[in-house]
Amino acid sequence: MRVPLSWLGEWVDLPDDVSLESVHEALVRVGFEEEDVHTFDVAGPVVVGRVLEFTPEPQSNGKTINWCQVDVGEPEPRGIVCGAHNFAVGDKVVVTLPGAALPGPTASDPFVIAARRTYGHISDGMIASARELGLGDEHSGILRLAALGLDDAPVGADAIQLLGLDDAAVEINVTPDRGYALSIRGVAREYSNSTGATFRDPALAVTPTAPVEIFPVRIDDMAPIRGAVGSRAFSTRVVRGVDVTRPTPPWMMTRLLLAGMRSVSLPVDITNYVMLELGQPTHGYDLAKLQGGFVVRRAAAGEKLETLDGVVRALSPEDLLITDGSGPIGLAGVMGGARTEISDATTDILVEAANFDPISIARTARRHKLPSEASRRFERGVDPTIGPAAAQRVVELLVELAGGTADPLGSTYNVFPAAPPIRFDPAQPAAAIGVEYSEAEVHEALLAIGAEVSPAGGDRWTVTPPPWRPDLIDPLTLVEEVARLVGYDRIPSVLPIAPPGRGLSRAQSARRRAAATLAAAGATEVLAYPFTSAAMVALFSPGLPAVQLANPLDPQNGLLRRSLLPGLIEVARRNLARGMTDLALFEIGTVFLPEPGVVYGTDAIPVGAARPDDDAIAKLDASIPPQRWHVGGLFLGDALTKQPGAPAVAAGLTDALDAVRQLSLALAVDIAITTGSHPGFHPGRTASLSVAAPDGPRAVGVAGELLPSLAHELDLPHVVAIVELDLDALIEFGAQHATPHPLGTLPAATQDLSLVVPLETPAGEVLAAVVAGAGALLEDARLVDDYRGSGLPGGRKSLTFALRFRAPDRTLTAAEASEAKLAGAARAGELFGATVRQ
Amino acid sequence: MPDAPQITESAVESAVEAALAAIASAGDSAALKAARAAHSAEGSPLANFNAMIRDLPGEQKAAAGKLVGAARARVNEAFAAQESVILAAEEAAQLAAEAVDVTAVPSRWRAGARHPLSLLMEQMSDLFISMGWEIGEGPELEHEWFNFDALNFDEDHPARALQDTFFVEPAERHLVLRTHTSPVQIRSLLTRPLPVYVAAVGRVYRTDELDATHTPVFHQIEGIAIDKGLTMANLRGTLEHMAHSLFGQGAQIRLRPNYFPFTEPSAEMDVWVENAKGGPRWVEWGGCGMVNRNVLRSAGIDPNEYQGFAFGMGVDRTLMFRNGLNDMHDIVEGDVRFSRQFGMVV
Repeated sequence: MRVPLSWLGEWVDLPDDVSLESVHEALVRVGFEEEDVHTFDVAGPVVVGRVLEFTPEPQSNGKTINWCQVDVGEPEPRGIVCGAHNFAVGDKVVVTLPGAALPGPTASDPFVIAARRTYGHISDGMIASARELGLGDEHSGILRLAALGLDDAPVGADAIQLLGLDDAAVEINVTPDRGYALSIRGVAREYSNSTGATFRDPALAVTPTAPVEIFPVRIDDMAPIRGAVGSRAFSTRVVRGVDVTRPTPPWMMTRLLLAGMRSVSLPVDITNYVMLELGQPTHGYDLAKLQGGFVVRRAAAGEKLETLDGVVRALSPEDLLITDGSGPIGLAGVMGGARTEISDATTDILVEAANFDPISIARTARRHKLPSEASRRFERGVDPTIGPAAAQRVVELLVELAGGTADPLGSTYNVFPAAPPIRFDPAQPAAAIGVEYSEAEVHEALLAIGAEVSPAGGDRWTVTPPPWRPDLIDPLTLVEEVARLVGYDRIPSVLPIAPPGRGLSRAQSARRRAAATLAAAGATEVLAYPFTSAAMVALFSPGLPAVQLANPLDPQNGLLRRSLLPGLIEVARRNLARGMTDLALFEIGTVFLPEPGVVYGTDAIPVGAARPDDDAIAKLDASIPPQRWHVGGLFLGDALTKQPGAPAVAAGLTDALDAVRQLSLALAVDIAITTGSHPGFHPGRTASLSVAAPDGPRAVGVAGELLPSLAHELDLPHVVAIVELDLDALIEFGAQHATPHPLGTLPAATQDLSLVVPLETPAGEVLAAVVAGAGALLEDARLVDDYRGSGLPGGRKSLTFALRFRAPDRTLTAAEASEAKLAGAARAGELFGATVRQ
Repeated sequence: MPDAPQITESAVESAVEAALAAIASAGDSAALKAARAAHSAEGSPLANFNAMIRDLPGEQKAAAGKLVGAARARVNEAFAAQESVILAAEEAAQLAAEAVDVTAVPSRWRAGARHPLSLLMEQMSDLFISMGWEIGEGPELEHEWFNFDALNFDEDHPARALQDTFFVEPAERHLVLRTHTSPVQIRSLLTRPLPVYVAAVGRVYRTDELDATHTPVFHQIEGIAIDKGLTMANLRGTLEHMAHSLFGQGAQIRLRPNYFPFTEPSAEMDVWVENAKGGPRWVEWGGCGMVNRNVLRSAGIDPNEYQGFAFGMGVDRTLMFRNGLNDMHDIVEGDVRFSRQFGMVV
């Protein structure tokens, strides 16, 4: 809401030294947010001038300029060059003299007028157009004061004051519960509440005269939305014999402009002016074009209406219409129809000031994408009692400015129920806010918002909210008004003592440990957007559905990720493009995992301010696609860059698997690494990752190198190691606490074992077999060599394991250790045909 | 056997002097070893004297033994002294030879980094944990009932339309990306025994294009406390405590009346940041208020028995003004140089 100070000052006393800042400050105190200020940015000397004579002078560039002598109230006329031709000798115009400043391209860059040489003359000022003064878009010629009805302005007078260009507006943000403040009336009241200045209600400044002859209006809403009839108050008035071509007076025009509305025509400007002043949208019809009275009803299927903007709109049965004998003539509360629009030929005007149901208007405005100043007010609730005053005000302005006569024809309809009184305990504000308000303070605040309070004694008051405050519905809403008007700065600071808590949950701690571990191990955490493309889903989650957004910002990335890898790849590409060629990245984030064939969501939403039953809540929970925490990593370039005496170490599968091993440690869960496959991964360098669940191994992720052809396609280097794990599963199957074994302290026996196995046999599986076969004496076993080459049969390799044996109760003999070792070798022999290499 | 030298004082003394001279001239371990062989080991004059004592007449043995023993002691002492000097010199030479340029030693461990948003969310969570609160959680893809209806956003209320919501296709199935962490309030109230003191941190979504100050994916921290007799003064106390922890003891909280469907009364909160970039100033920090009675009713709580407060603020925005960042792009793009500036500390 933009509030011109001159307008505000008409209804509430402003101090002599009022400023935009002080008004903002006062309004912020009572709950409006400061948005902006608006000024015309015209600074003097700008005066009324009269054209004494002018000489047209054709120029070599084809233009003709006028060399004018202009009386600006000085002893001598000024010579001014003017390119416009829409004036005559004797016309009064606006002259900007040297030193004047007009709005420039930016606020800090004004257009400064100076005497300058042009077309062979010294032009001692400029004759201004409406646009140059910020008075609208008109720039086909200069502004003639006669066009504004100001032909009797004295020559030499200050034109800034004359035109109201010295006015300025504050802009405030009005929250959606306070529709009444989308009016000068509402803002003036709040300014008064904030400062104590005297407020005069503009609604009481007019006295509606009751129509004598009735213009028929019938409300015929056969399909109220959510039980609310579309209109419960509707006033009409008629003015005859108006001249709608008369100019809008400058005081009205500048206020409208500062309030953010263009000047369109006198009747439209008047209806807008009254809406801004009182908060009641009004509409003017050309009475001659109306066929009979009004019926307010819902649209029929297939009905159409051409609105004022020239668009033919297909109507919905939920749209509320104003109709006459010809059919629809207006989209109620949103936009009028083209057929009954006021034109220059209009002489008789019917003024409508109606109240429409907020929900009906909100839905229609949204449906037709027609948010208007009117619909914005109706959506937030308009004072249902103010229609007659608003209509009267329009009538009076039409009479005064357009020369019409008020007609006895009209109508007044109002079945809007009075707001129910609220039972209110004056101690409640203190109990809710923690401030000891006196009863007098509470009483005063409620009166200030316009409520009726009775009786003011005792602990149960009856408070009737004013009709313009549909948001005041229960005691707590009144508490807020008391707190707001007394001031939030009265609220003290008292830290509450919560009962003892249990700290972070196990999963929360575990996620932190995972992140801290990966960062400590050298990876950098990133947080990518979870939006992804169909191609990426097909690549990393082949055959699986992804959640589709109905209104994505980028339709190419309208799906929610099932995997962290596309995001990590995108981040890697961005870093590479910026010259960061060695990357170790990780992300811990949510993925969205709808299951194939499942329809998520619900048809309806539980209604009412009550707890849905357990079944309903379970149903809501089940309607949401599964979401899980994942952890992903990406490594490329050098893991260790070249250093003195140390060659570079390229990033690769090692890094992805080390990340797995680090997570295994951080989360106390054994993650088994086995040969795996994935369509987006290098077929020979992919590991499948699993953990032991009570019902057997559970796949929890994959690690490997990106398929090189894919890496190439994505402008990534040949080797990109990636890993992704289901973090929730790692935490679920991780140990709750450590279970240490007693340490043997008797001497250990160490032996090496070399086994010859087929080339394709995974060493990890051979090791597992050796461990299983060697039995309890084997304390530690590591793969130390993988030899391929001479001395071995074709198609075979030799794997060497370093084994450490120990018994808890005796010193092992070499023979015992050898026996255990050979038992391990025997198991590997059974499973993989392994033979001991001597 | 040639004429054996006699154990005379002068003969012993000259053998000692020869030994001491050889020891003194030994400059390294090898020379000292040679001197030991010539002057102390078997076959050396002093060893021979020692061996001869055995053959002397009984009455001479004592004197000769004393003479030779003292001589040998002198020589051994000299050997030991010279040996320690040589070893020390050799060790020093060895260490000197092993010197490296400590400013150019290669590194084997890599430096990683956390994202500052994660660190800030952890720091904020820790503050609430320290106050006895717990950290609540909920899904990012939510049902509208949790995101709006249960929070007293009427389906036709303008506030709902102002939320710039991402809807899931088809929109008539009422699934959305949560527009705030407030659904966690409802989930906490539905599942936890009263009183409830819960904070929630996490990702939220609005359909804002990415620019210097907006991002469609951002983070909030939210708190809700429901107990008997909580007031707006308790809300201010909690916010001030939080502000002190994040911005220092000079931080202050200012409340301005505002509107949110889920609180009544509602307030916009500003925080006074003393070390803000460009000087101390009030910064808009978030929204708060007393939990609307309809929200309590939606969670099955009797609003006549329990009341409480809730608040929420943007973590990304907090990071920006707390750490003097100007551009949201840096926070969301994943440029590793950004996180590395923070390392493990925000």
